[in-house]
Amino acid sequence: MSDDKAHDLSDLTHPPHHRAEIVFAVASFVVALLLAALWSTETQWIDGQPWSRQPGLWPLIAILGMLVFGTGELIACLIRNLRHGGGDVRAELMLWLRVGEYVLWFMAYVLVTPRLGYLPTTLIFTTLLAFRLGYRRRILWLAPLMGLLIVVAFKSFLAVRIPGGEAYDLLPQGLRNFLVLYL
Amino acid sequence: MDTFLSALAIVSRWDVIAALLAGSVGGVIIGAIPGVGPAVAIAILLPATFGMEPIVGLTLLLGIYGSALFGGSIPSILINTPGTPVNALTTYDGFPMTKQGQAPRALGLSFGASFFGGIFAVIALVLLSPVLARVAPMFGSREIFLAAFLGCVLVVVAHRGQSLAAGALLMFGLFLNTIGMEANNYTRRFTFELNFLDQGVNLIVVVLGLFAVSQAFVLLVGKDDMEAAPEIKGNVLGGVLEVFRHKRVAAAGSLSGTIMGIIPGVGEFTSQFLSYSYARATSKNPGLFGKGSPEGLIASETANNSVPPAAMVPLLALGIPGEALTAMMLSVFYVHNVIPGPTLFRDHMDFVMALYICLALLNILALAFLLVATRPLLKVLVIPNRFLGMMILTLSFVGIYSLRNSAIDCMLAAAFGLLGVVLKRLNLPLVPIILGMVLGGIMENKFRTSLPRIRSLYSWIDRPVAMVIFCLICIVLALHLWGLWRDWKGKRDGSVEH
Repeated sequence: MSDDKAHDLSDLTHPPHHRAEIVFAVASFVVALLLAALWSTETQWIDGQPWSRQPGLWPLIAILGMLVFGTGELIACLIRNLRHGGGDVRAELMLWLRVGEYVLWFMAYVLVTPRLGYLPTTLIFTTLLAFRLGYRRRILWLAPLMGLLIVVAFKSFLAVRIPGGEAYDLLPQGLRNFLVLYL
Repeated sequence: MDTFLSALAIVSRWDVIAALLAGSVGGVIIGAIPGVGPAVAIAILLPATFGMEPIVGLTLLLGIYGSALFGGSIPSILINTPGTPVNALTTYDGFPMTKQGQAPRALGLSFGASFFGGIFAVIALVLLSPVLARVAPMFGSREIFLAAFLGCVLVVVAHRGQSLAAGALLMFGLFLNTIGMEANNYTRRFTFELNFLDQGVNLIVVVLGLFAVSQAFVLLVGKDDMEAAPEIKGNVLGGVLEVFRHKRVAAAGSLSGTIMGIIPGVGEFTSQFLSYSYARATSKNPGLFGKGSPEGLIASETANNSVPPAAMVPLLALGIPGEALTAMMLSVFYVHNVIPGPTLFRDHMDFVMALYICLALLNILALAFLLVATRPLLKVLVIPNRFLGMMILTLSFVGIYSLRNSAIDCMLAAAFGLLGVVLKRLNLPLVPIILGMVLGGIMENKFRTSLPRIRSLYSWIDRPVAMVIFCLICIVLALHLWGLWRDWKGKRDGSVEH
């Protein structure tokens, strides 16, 4: 990070180009095409209503805009990739795929919370994820502590709406009520 | 005077004071941690503020927005890593000063410049208030429609070199806003027979996905390359006072930030670019820029810190957010049924004034906190990046799940998180999607309400304010096309200077 590089204001106004942008450009163009094909079935045309009041007008404007700008971006991207370098496309795609693992971690956290309860799930999630990330010793212990602090700050103090877990019903009434309200 | 006293009464409430303290101190800390930034923090805290009164919630969010830029300069100066994206320019002169053994001076200059910029913008806001109170009621549906359209145009043209991608993403945001049950004819639009899409795509879910969840993913798949900051030996206060010896540069930077903050869709990067270019062009030591110039540091920090207060102008006066953070704040207004716009200045001037006072106090508190706590604050720089990613992911869950206790919202946020990762990795902007969603909603609504008064195309611009906005749109587009032509000609002639 502490490198010496020549500073150039164009870094701010023109961020560097990455070759993998072509994947994004193609994907967004295809999505725009699909949406355009679906426009007539996913919106309604109401007879007798002027075009300016049709419910499909604004989706149509948006999709046409996506198509126009998307086509331009696709062409510009092809030209940039022909002229310049800018990163390995396959390595970049692999990195995008690696994110999938953390999407699964997140969704597991989401799906387990209503069953087990916010506090227990958070403690388990943070500890397991810290372990998965390779942390041992002190940081591995700090992870559930951080989880506890987040639960206490948001549920106990800021009273955000996260319902109690089904597992709380197995506990004595007084403790159950406390956990449902605060943890 | 009554309005001012009423505003003071609002600010002196304990919950507002608590929000002021939490916002300013929390903002500085968040800004100082590279990889978090105000957008992530505001996105996470947003649902929690819905239970608060608008002034309390907004003070907290504004505190984080403004103070994060103060804190963001610390890692920029000490370890050459911007705390927030807008502190990137600070590394140009801040880090070379650290290498020359002038870290305390650089930190002082940056804190002083941030304070100068923030207070300058608040004073400008106060002075502008009577004008805004007069001009804002002149904005009817047509004018607000055109102003939102101008915002869209500016979002696209402000992303020089990426205008096409920005345009496509803006239109994608506009499309997202149209999904769901259409309110006037009660017909479904792009719901694909999925019941959960009837309510549309929630802005907060998109914001949290694009900003917070994506940042967590980016950090989790990255490396723990944190770097310990060098020890600070010396007086920071001297640097703060030195800013006042460069009043011209500081004032120019603040003015640039204030003007660019007011214009929707432009923001910190353009203001810094203009301010830095001006400071370098008029300096007695232009060769020092990029190698540790105090003027360069001041130009950068005044320009970015004057944007947050100024960005409140289009939001409060017209209900039009100029960038992602004010778009998030708009939802705080909506949740409480307070509609920002022309009537806010007429009916709730004490509320507006209270916000201004809070903005000024936030700058004072952030500066005071930094003067006493910079050294202990350096400890946050050694938090491992992936641990930080885990923290953000855990916090993002609270933000998304507490909205409607919906696993589908979380799934959507994870999908937008993935999209955010792709955009961030490719250096493509996220903001156009958010602004497309917000401005798209405003445009559709105002377009419909304008229609009964529209006889011909000219009716759209037959009122003075509408005509002015229309001319601005034409000028912006003409300037952009001229710039593109000049770039193309320069490239063709092989004479582009980098």
